[in-house]
Amino acid sequence: MSTTSNPSKRDGSNADAAVAKPSRRTFLKGSAATTAGLVVGFHVPFFNKQAMAQGIAAAPISPEVNAWVVVQPNDKVIIRIARSEMGQGTLTGLAQMVAEELECDWEKVSTEYPTPGQNLARQRVWGDFSTGGSRGIRGSQDNVRKGGATARMMLVQAAADEWKVPVAECSASKSVITHGPSKRTTTYGKVANAAAKLTPPTDVKFKDPKDWTLIGKRLARLDTVEKTTGKQIYGMDLKLPGMLNAAVKDAPVFGSKVKSVDDTAVLKRPGVKKVLRVGDTAVAVVADTWWRAKTALDALKIEWEDGPNAKASSASFAEVLKAGLDAKDAVVGHSVGDARAAIAASARKIEAVYSYPHQNHVCMETMNATVKWTPDKCEVWVPTQNGEAALAATAEAAGLPPAKCEVYKIHLGGGFGRRGATDFIRQAVAIAKQMPGTPVKMIWSREEDMAQGRFHPVTQCKMVAGLDDKGEITGLSMRISGQSILAYVAPQNIRDGRDPVMFQGLNAPGPEASIGYTFPTFLVDHAMRNPHVPAGFWRGVNLNQNAIYLESFLDEIAHATNQDPLALRRKLMSKHPKHLAVLNAVAEKVGYDKPAPAGVFRGLAQTMGFGSYVAACAEVSVSKEGVLKIHRIVAATDCGNAVNPQQIEAQVEGSFVYGLGAALYQECTVKDGRIEQTNFADYPSLKLAEMPKVETVILASGGFWGGVGEPTIAVAAPAVLNAIFAATGKRIRDLPLKNHSLKT
Amino acid sequence: MPKLNVNGKLLDYQADEGTPLLWVLREQLGLTGTKYGCGIAQCGACTVHVDGVAVRSCVMPAAAMKATQKITTIEGLTPNGTHPIQKAWQALDVPQCGFCQSGMIMAATALVKEKPNLTDKDIDDAMTNICRCGTYNRVRAAIHVAAKEMAAAKTGAKPKKVSELGKSVLDIQHIDGSQA
Repeated sequence: MSTTSNPSKRDGSNADAAVAKPSRRTFLKGSAATTAGLVVGFHVPFFNKQAMAQGIAAAPISPEVNAWVVVQPNDKVIIRIARSEMGQGTLTGLAQMVAEELECDWEKVSTEYPTPGQNLARQRVWGDFSTGGSRGIRGSQDNVRKGGATARMMLVQAAADEWKVPVAECSASKSVITHGPSKRTTTYGKVANAAAKLTPPTDVKFKDPKDWTLIGKRLARLDTVEKTTGKQIYGMDLKLPGMLNAAVKDAPVFGSKVKSVDDTAVLKRPGVKKVLRVGDTAVAVVADTWWRAKTALDALKIEWEDGPNAKASSASFAEVLKAGLDAKDAVVGHSVGDARAAIAASARKIEAVYSYPHQNHVCMETMNATVKWTPDKCEVWVPTQNGEAALAATAEAAGLPPAKCEVYKIHLGGGFGRRGATDFIRQAVAIAKQMPGTPVKMIWSREEDMAQGRFHPVTQCKMVAGLDDKGEITGLSMRISGQSILAYVAPQNIRDGRDPVMFQGLNAPGPEASIGYTFPTFLVDHAMRNPHVPAGFWRGVNLNQNAIYLESFLDEIAHATNQDPLALRRKLMSKHPKHLAVLNAVAEKVGYDKPAPAGVFRGLAQTMGFGSYVAACAEVSVSKEGVLKIHRIVAATDCGNAVNPQQIEAQVEGSFVYGLGAALYQECTVKDGRIEQTNFADYPSLKLAEMPKVETVILASGGFWGGVGEPTIAVAAPAVLNAIFAATGKRIRDLPLKNHSLKT
Repeated sequence: MPKLNVNGKLLDYQADEGTPLLWVLREQLGLTGTKYGCGIAQCGACTVHVDGVAVRSCVMPAAAMKATQKITTIEGLTPNGTHPIQKAWQALDVPQCGFCQSGMIMAATALVKEKPNLTDKDIDDAMTNICRCGTYNRVRAAIHVAAKEMAAAKTGAKPKKVSELGKSVLDIQHIDGSQA
C-alpha cells in the first residue's frame, strides 16, 4: 500500500457495501484500489505490478504539479501528507494548510501518504515523516504551505502561458483560474499537465493570515465516513496473497533470553507452519490464521533465562529513586539565583515528595506489522508514527540496503508515542526473514502489548519552598529523581549526563516548554536513575508529571499561606502573559469569581509545552464514602494559529480521557522483573460514564504554531488533584488515585 | 460444514473448536470492520449484533452460533453508512483514530433500538466500550442526535442530511453531550 486515499465521502453517498467478500476485497481496499493518483516517476513497482498481475485495472495516473499536489483532469486534488494520521486529525489539518495556499476547491480534496522510500529517493522532498511531540502541524507548516503556494503559482503560470497574458493579470480561487481583463477562466485540472512541466518558482510568498479561508475553519475531517462504516483499513486488517500470520512472545523479564522451547506438540496442531526464534529473546509461531498462531503460542512450552533483572520490582525501583532525591549526582535543568541558599535562609520551609508510575500507552490496536522478505527486497506494511525510522529499522533487520526496502504506512489504531518506536517492526522483519517470499502478518496479543510496552518513565520529585515571614516564596527547588526516556531511546542526545527532555514545562522563558512563573530563586535538577524497564515517549511525555509536581505543590503553598490558588498564580505569572492569558480565560469561563455549586470544588492547573499554552479548571465532588465525581472541566489552549478549531476541541476533550484515565487508574507495576498487568481487566481505562463535560476555550493569539495533541494531558491530573484537595483536604502525591481512599 | 448467518447471508466457515466468532469473521469471512482489542470482552471493539442484541464476539465461540441466529457486523449495518447513528457520527466527527468506533457504533445502534427514549444514564450503562483517543463526549452527543432523529422519523419527518445534523459540531463552540 503505497498510498492511502481518502476520497471526501462526506455524505456517505459513494460508500458502497462491503459484505462478506473476504480476502480479495480486503486486499483491494488495503492496497491497489487506493493508489489512485500514484504518479509517473514514482518508484513503487510492487503494488502496481501486483495489482496488474491480479487483473486489477491500474489506477488512473495523473501528473503531480509538485511533490505535495496532484491535480487530476476532473479537478480532483490529491494532497500528499508526510505525517501519520493516528486520530489527531493531522491528515485534515495539513491538507487544509496546503489547500489554503493552493487556492483549490476543498470539496474536491483527498489525501495520500508518500512512502519513506520515495522520500529517500527524492532527497527528502517531504521533509521529516516523524509524527510525535505534537509536531504534525507545527513542524511542517512552512513546508506544506510552500508546497501549496508553489503549486498554485505553477498552475496560474501555466494558464497565463496558454493565454499568452502576463501572469500578474491572473488569479486563482477554488481551483478556477481567471484572467482579470478578459474574464477568461480555466480550471486547475485543465492546466495541470502544463504546470507540471514548469520550473518551480523560487520566490514564494504566503497569504496574510487575515486572508485565510480554510485555516481556522471548523472543517469536517476527511476520514470520518470510512471510520463509521468499518471500511478504514488498519495494519491489523491487511491481507496479502499467500499471507501467513504470526504470534510472538518476547522475554517477560526485560533483557532476559530464551533458554529452551519444546515445540513438539505445537507443531502437530492444524495450520501451524513454523515455530521460530526471534533473536535470542523471543519466540514466534507462524500459522495460517492468527487465532491458530496465538493459541499455539499459548500452548508452547518456553523456558527463560531470567538473568540479573529477575528480582527487580516497583518497590526496589522506588528505593533507588528515593535515594536519588538527596543524591549529589544531579544535573541542573534550570536555575535562577541560589535557590538552596534562599531556602536555607528562609523563615519557613514547605517540603513534599511526589511520584509518578510506569504506564503503558495501550493503543486500541495492538502492535503489528506485515512483512514480505526476499533476499533482495523487504517490504513492510505498518501503522507507524515514524515512516523513516521504520524504513531504517527495516533495512537493518532485513540485512538489506534501504534502497531495497520499502515501508507502506497504514492508518494507526492509536499511537500516543508507542508507534514512534520500531521494536515491533524489527521483530516482524526478523520473523518474515525466516519465511522468505511469504508475507507474514505479526500481531501482538493484548497481553504481549501490555508486557512489552515502552513505558511512561517512573520518577519521584522532592519539592521544597522557602517562605519569608509574610508567606512570600523566596525560593523553590525541585529535585527530580528517576528514569530518562532519552537514555533508552536516544542516548546520543544526552550530553554531560543531561537529558533536556526531563525538564519539560520547567525550562527558562522561551518558545518551548517554559515555566510560567517567576520565583526570586529557582532550581530544578535531575538525578538520573534508570530501571531496566524500557521507557518511551508517552503522550504528553515529561510534561505530565512535571505539571503535577509543580501545580500541586503551588496549590500546597497557596493553602499553607492562606492564599487563593488563582491569586497566588497570578502574582507569580505577571512576566508570563501568554501563560497567564489561558489561565485567566479558564477562570473567566468557569466563573471563578462566583462559588461553585454546593458540594462542588475547584482545582486549577496551567503549563506550557509542545509549543502551546494550556490551563484547566476541574469541578469535582467527593462523597463521604470517597466516591469521586468529575462534573466539569474548563480548558483553554493558546496554540497560536488554530488550524481546525473543532479538531482542537476533539484533542482537548480526548486529552482529558487519556490524562484522567492515567491519573485515576493506570499503573504498570513490576514484580520479579516483569510487568504484572496483562489486559484492560487489571489496567483499566476511563469509561464514558466517568467522562466529565469538557468546555474548551481556544485562544488563537496568532504569530506561532503550537501543538495540540499532547499539552492538555498535563493539566488534567493536577487540576483534578487540586480539586480533590479542596473537597477533602487530602493531598494525593502518588498516582494513580485508585491506590488512595478519599473517604472523609 | 458449519454455517453462520452473517449480514443476511448464510456462509460456510472452517474453524477449530473454540475459535471465537471474532476471528471467524475477520479471518474466514474477511469482515475486518470488527476489531480485536483485548480478547476478554473488556473493550468492546469486537461488538456485533446477534439477533439485534450487542454481543462481544471475542469471547463468543463461533460454534455456539446457530445458523438461525442473525449476526450483523458493521459492514452489514447499512449498505452505505446511513443508519441514523452512523450519520450522527459523521455529522459530529466522532471518530479520532477510529479503531474502537465499529464497536461503539454497534453498541449504540443496539441501544437506540432497545431504548428509543434513552437518557444519559442509559448511555452510561450501555456504552462501556473503551476509547483511548477520548471520543466519549461526542459519542454521547451523537447518540442523542440520532435518537432524536429516529423519533422524528417515526412521526413521518423527512430524514435530515448529515450536513444538517452536523450543525452542532461544525458551527457551535462546544459539544455538550447531555444537552444535545
